[in-house]
Amino acid sequence: MKIKPISLHKISKQVMSCKRLFSLLVLTFGVFGASFCALAQTESNDKSASPVEPAAAEAKAGEKENNKLDVAKVIFGHIADAHEWHLFSIKHEGAEPTEIAFPLPVIIYNSQKGLSVFSSSKIEEGEPYEGYRLVRGPMKEKVVSDDGAPIYDISITKNVLSMLIGVALLLWVMMQAGKKYNKHGATKAPSGMQNFIEVVVIFLRDEVAKPCLGDKYKKYMPLLLTIFFFIWINNLLGLLPGGANFTGNIAVTACLALLAFIVILVNSKKHFWMHLINPPGVPFGIKFLLVPIEIVSLFIKPMALCIRLFANIMAGHIVILALICIVFIFAAINTYVGAGFVPVSLAFSIFMFLLELLVGAIQAFIFVNLTAVFIGQGLEGAHDEHGPHAEIIA
Amino acid sequence: MNIMLVASGSVAAAGGAIGAGIAALGAGVGIGQIGKGAVEAIARQPEAMGDIRANMILMAAFVEGVALFGVIVGLLAIVL
Repeated sequence: MKIKPISLHKISKQVMSCKRLFSLLVLTFGVFGASFCALAQTESNDKSASPVEPAAAEAKAGEKENNKLDVAKVIFGHIADAHEWHLFSIKHEGAEPTEIAFPLPVIIYNSQKGLSVFSSSKIEEGEPYEGYRLVRGPMKEKVVSDDGAPIYDISITKNVLSMLIGVALLLWVMMQAGKKYNKHGATKAPSGMQNFIEVVVIFLRDEVAKPCLGDKYKKYMPLLLTIFFFIWINNLLGLLPGGANFTGNIAVTACLALLAFIVILVNSKKHFWMHLINPPGVPFGIKFLLVPIEIVSLFIKPMALCIRLFANIMAGHIVILALICIVFIFAAINTYVGAGFVPVSLAFSIFMFLLELLVGAIQAFIFVNLTAVFIGQGLEGAHDEHGPHAEIIA
Repeated sequence: MNIMLVASGSVAAAGGAIGAGIAALGAGVGIGQIGKGAVEAIARQPEAMGDIRANMILMAAFVEGVALFGVIVGLLAIVL
């Protein structure tokens, strides 16, 4: 196939389109900034409070009462799980703001009353329904039974629905690629989604699985790949406006870490346990100090996995929300200060969003890398079985 | 004693914020040293830039994770 030389004309056309793209970005940035100025400036006579940013309208609506408390409410309202999926509110002049929200099913199991399934719109207002009531705490809300009985809340909440959407997306992407492999095997060049997925899978196989797990890496590849793509796609979905903060929920990361912990425990060999309880090459007295430390570290490693992912994602979301709310805090002092701060806040927010994209991918990779390392540590056999090493040629 | 009890909420908030600030300080120092090592290594051997860059980002993410443990504890001090 003849390779056509790229002409100067084509290069200049690409440069022109880059310039146009850049001008488009500046224009969009300016329009957003201007509309933010309009929103921040007018506190009383703005009829067209269009839902540009979900946090914007909501923060403004809550601005009238205590300033400090409502910023916390806005931020935790976006971070926490909820029984409805609240997108944004449209502020109306002199009336209650219209909330655009989807109520989600509440599924509760009570040992006396059995299974109850109903829409969360019935308990949204705080009124009890069928003996269940929604109690809103400072950071999150939960359903309690009116007679104080213990209940098992297995509702489809915002986080659960976000996870299901992420899983559906992931299944669709992977099955598209899988179908192509089924049809052509490895004989045809990859096309479409396959390109991207092949790069990632080969990267994880060669940089994570093979160095840590040695020859037995094939057994653990499905686990590592699933964890990586699951965490990555949920991190990305959480960044969309109106997205749910799924991986920034400690229950979720605790489950992922528990899964990794179970795999590590089940796959650890006797050699690993003997070294844990009886470290070789250690003076006898120090063993009493070292063995508790080793046992504690066995539990701390998955806990650190859990907290690392949770803290990174939640902190990123909080920083982005706080940067946007700062505009409204300043606007409460003086509208012009608020308006003037908008470009700064917007620039920082965009930077934080880009950083969060990077952090989302990196934290997924680190989770998988550390899981592979810990599994590999458990799989280590006796130390006289070496892999091939370079021979010294005399 | 009463004053301390009355002010305990805001003292807790101050403690949390100072803790988070010190954690950010630790992260800054740590990631700065990683960057220093990485940049010096690239200066010594420019061909290894890709490898060094990947390792630098990985190490920075670990250090940042530890700093965020501190930030989470600070947040807990404020809300709990």
